[in-house]
Amino acid sequence: MEVKREPAPLRVTELNAHQLLRGGELEGANRPARLEGEELEQYVEERVLLTTLDKTVAWARSNSFFPLGFGLACCAMEQFHAAGPRLDIARFGFEAFRASPRQADLIILAGRVSIKMAPIIRKLYDQMLEPKWAISMGACCSSMGVFNNYALVPADKFMPVDLHVPGCPPRPEALMHGILKLRKLVQDDPEMGWRERYNAVGTEEAPVDVG
Amino acid sequence: MPDATGLELLAHELGDATLETVYFRERATLVVDPAQIRSVLAKLRAKGFGFLASVHGVDHYPDEPRLGVIYELLDMVRVDRVTVKLRVSTDAPHVESVSADWPTADHQEREVYDMFGVVFEGHPDLRRILMPEDYEGHPQRRDFPVGGEPVIFTRDERKWLEARE
Repeated sequence: MEVKREPAPLRVTELNAHQLLRGGELEGANRPARLEGEELEQYVEERVLLTTLDKTVAWARSNSFFPLGFGLACCAMEQFHAAGPRLDIARFGFEAFRASPRQADLIILAGRVSIKMAPIIRKLYDQMLEPKWAISMGACCSSMGVFNNYALVPADKFMPVDLHVPGCPPRPEALMHGILKLRKLVQDDPEMGWRERYNAVGTEEAPVDVG
Repeated sequence: MPDATGLELLAHELGDATLETVYFRERATLVVDPAQIRSVLAKLRAKGFGFLASVHGVDHYPDEPRLGVIYELLDMVRVDRVTVKLRVSTDAPHVESVSADWPTADHQEREVYDMFGVVFEGHPDLRRILMPEDYEGHPQRRDFPVGGEPVIFTRDERKWLEARE
């Protein structure tokens, strides 16, 4: 199966955006091809989250994940404890575990994903509304884990995963750290190249000129 | 468990269906002819062993005949158990299904079929139970490769796909 995609646009974060705007140059790997004047402005506009509205929306989204806690196996036990009294994720605003994928925006895959379960999870992920993120919790769904055999499939094989939390099972603190890391990522860049990774064309809200 | 004498008497009553008896550490095992498994289990039921606890499969590779099916029978009244084994080869892995007499064998024989490839004749619905229906291969056989999927992370996916081309 050939998958051709265009390279993801470079993500220019706030730090090096200032460099660009002051007429300087980006360093090292972030250096794009030489752009001048009009093109440069457009390049920067498309990619840089400097508008206050964008930042506000990203901040709001990141502080109100509605997890679809999809507890499959042992990792689910640790996931419950992340929402328990000791490591309350409610203090960050994430206690509203929704049962329906339509109402959730963060799917936490906690546990082993068997071959038969994979299309079901994919269906749930497709039913979630954008913007949506996925956390792969534990060793089994990130990288097969201890059960590296005929029965399991890693989550990256059938859906795009934004964050992996290692551990078998990861301590609740580790899951919380992972969720907070995702929160930071979302504050900086909500899309995270999602459409490019997912080849998602045709599901945008506003009509896009696909040239 | 029937003791050694009891086991021999049992084997004698079953006649030519018994190929072998094994009595080891107070556990009694009968190795029977695969063609007569259903009548063997019926006779054992008449003797009081009314509970089929387990139907499971074994791969004895490289010994031939390679595939084994093991039935664990319990006697709930006398608190007794006996094991019935049979061996079939991969060329003709057909065993008569006992699910008509013992309803628990329905799902358990499906599992033995899925994992080892033993085909149970007369089973009402013989299809894979643990693996997806279109899966090829029988995972618990000894010559089935160990190991699973190669791991790609989403952020490495493009590099991995390019490396493949």
